[in-house]
Amino acid sequence: MSDADQTGQTAETTATETDTDRGPSELVVDDLVKTFGGVQAVDGASFEVEEGSLTGLIGPNGAGKSTTFNCITGVHDPDGGSVTFRGEDITGLRTATIANRGLVRTFQIARELEEMTVLENLMLSPRNQVGEKLSHAVLPGLRSGVRDQERELREEVWDTLELFEIDHLAGEYAGNLSGGQRKLLELARALMIEPDLLLLDEPFAGVNPTLEEKLLDRIHGLRESQNLTFLLVEHDMDLIMENCEHVIVMHQGSVLAEGRPEAIRNNDRVIDAYLGDEL
Amino acid sequence: MSAADALADRFERFEETPRWLLDVGLIAATMGGIYLLFTIFTFVGPSQGTFGAVVSNLQTITFWTALYAMMVLALNLHWGYTGLFNIGVAGFMAVGVYTFAALTVPATGSPPGLGLPLWVGIIGGMLAAALVGAVTALPALRLRADYLAIVTVALSEIIRLTLLSTKFESFTLFANLDVRVGGFEILPDIALGTGAGRGMNIPVNPSIPVKGIFYTNPSNPAAGQRTAIGEAVLGAFGAAGVRETVVVSLAYTLLLILVVALFYWLLVRVGNSPFGRVLKAIREDELVANSLGKDTRMFKMKVFMLGCALMGLGGILWETQRGFTDPTSTTFRPIQTFYIFVALIIGGAGSNTGSVLGGALFASLLFQGPVFVSRTISHLLNLGDTPGSFVAAVGPFVDLEVTPFLAYAAGNIEELRFVLLGVVLIYLMQNRPDGLLGHRKEVAASVDLIDRDGNRPRDAAATDGGEADE
Repeated sequence: MSDADQTGQTAETTATETDTDRGPSELVVDDLVKTFGGVQAVDGASFEVEEGSLTGLIGPNGAGKSTTFNCITGVHDPDGGSVTFRGEDITGLRTATIANRGLVRTFQIARELEEMTVLENLMLSPRNQVGEKLSHAVLPGLRSGVRDQERELREEVWDTLELFEIDHLAGEYAGNLSGGQRKLLELARALMIEPDLLLLDEPFAGVNPTLEEKLLDRIHGLRESQNLTFLLVEHDMDLIMENCEHVIVMHQGSVLAEGRPEAIRNNDRVIDAYLGDEL
Repeated sequence: MSAADALADRFERFEETPRWLLDVGLIAATMGGIYLLFTIFTFVGPSQGTFGAVVSNLQTITFWTALYAMMVLALNLHWGYTGLFNIGVAGFMAVGVYTFAALTVPATGSPPGLGLPLWVGIIGGMLAAALVGAVTALPALRLRADYLAIVTVALSEIIRLTLLSTKFESFTLFANLDVRVGGFEILPDIALGTGAGRGMNIPVNPSIPVKGIFYTNPSNPAAGQRTAIGEAVLGAFGAAGVRETVVVSLAYTLLLILVVALFYWLLVRVGNSPFGRVLKAIREDELVANSLGKDTRMFKMKVFMLGCALMGLGGILWETQRGFTDPTSTTFRPIQTFYIFVALIIGGAGSNTGSVLGGALFASLLFQGPVFVSRTISHLLNLGDTPGSFVAAVGPFVDLEVTPFLAYAAGNIEELRFVLLGVVLIYLMQNRPDGLLGHRKEVAASVDLIDRDGNRPRDAAATDGGEADE
């Protein structure tokens, strides 16, 4: 039990009403709509993610959480609504552009680049690498600049590997890693872009308790050291309630309720729609 | 255990040998083995191992090896590195060759060309292949990988059939346009043509400067004199029983080897860089590459154009040295693309060294090998007439006669090559899907990533020498 959970048992009665003490929003999703064929996957979802917060996004299967993630990150073009990141409209921008602005996501099923080594996976991430220009990669006069930058990045990569305690796997193919190690790698790789907001799609699925503790440690550490913002999709209700200061509940494509964990826990509509007798 | 120590020491040194040196050694050893095999063929075959015949045969093998190595390297950039399934290689070669021809053939030629210098033709051919590549890729690269395959294979056939069309046998560009600025026609009429099925003479081609080393009149050696170098080299080889044409081809083959080295150098640099890293990421999972902020469309476009330009150059060096081309040439048929893919699969997609090895093994053992085997069998066994049909070939089995079948096989060796290719492919798919070197870790970076602060972790464990014995 974290201490955040113990404080403020005076919950709001209607969880949808916004906390008055919330800081500026890093991400604003407004009336987002996405339809696949006849299925309304996201149906007017609106929520905000506070700067520097650890926000949880929960909801039953098919509630539209992953589709919302895909619309925010440009994998899908939303059919309606808008996404604003750090005050700029990013609706419908390309995935790569959005990532380069500092909004980075991980995947529900870890998607590491299997036939690339752990080091290569991490070296891929950093933005503005001069060596990504074909001319710099090839031409003799320009290549020394590429090498210099790569030497610097190599140090950062090793530091990140050590932070996540996977430095002993540095030269290994990512495809040879265990499920838990892949989750660590994926988070480490996302961090190498130096994001402002990380969208984590079920980062703890299939992860053993020890590793889960380790991952959470890193996440809390990064919030303190780099003021990173996290938006987390997760099924483990206890984990969300203990670690997030703000929880958004999606149901049938729209936001059913949002508020502090205690409020969500006691919200009748949430209990009816999703939690059932789980709590 | 001094022997074990010595072995460990040797292994240690082997580990320290630079990767590129090992690769050069590997290629040299492979070629050495191939040369040995074909020297034996020459000795037991019809030419009975005169020095001239050995040189001639080895020249042929090296020539085809270099041509295939070039093309396989270019395809490796597309398929091996980036996962772009380009099965229209022959089409891009054709674009290079015909653009080269249109630029360099003199205006008096039939069909006529622009009569520009050789180097303009080469650069123009490469640019044209790259541009056609861009046009092909533009719609297809936004879609899934299979669509690129369909588009490229269709395009290569469209190109071949267009070249075969009599509509373009000879034509005049801008004939109906008469735009004048200040009395000066800015779009003058330009006579061009493909020659369609009649083919096209290509008098200016990359073999001319090579011939120029030996002859004062390289376009027609018989009409001129030998140069001083020509006198010395041709004289020396002639005395050893090597024909003049073989020496000239050998010089052209050396040029090809130089180009292979250039391709290799270029592609290793492309691969071992942040650019190459993004290519690998696209091959592995494009969505991940996108999610990490890489605009994969731009990378795919660049790499597709670069590869196509190399295929265009490869086509020019491959086809025009004969001084003639026509659309029915096997160089431009879909089977050519298939051959290049087979060579890449043998060598191992994703490895540049593997590409060269694959090119060498395919060109020597699968492409030229059957011809040599057939010639040798015919010579050794005195098979007599080739039966006219398969039935006539297998019928005599009843009388335990195998000679007609062998004669039939030797006489139809071109067709047997496909059977052989099929067998090799099935074997590879089942037992070694990565090819010879496809399993190798070729880390995409311009610096050694393991080598942090200049300290390799394994340096700590490595000992130096042990006890001084002996």
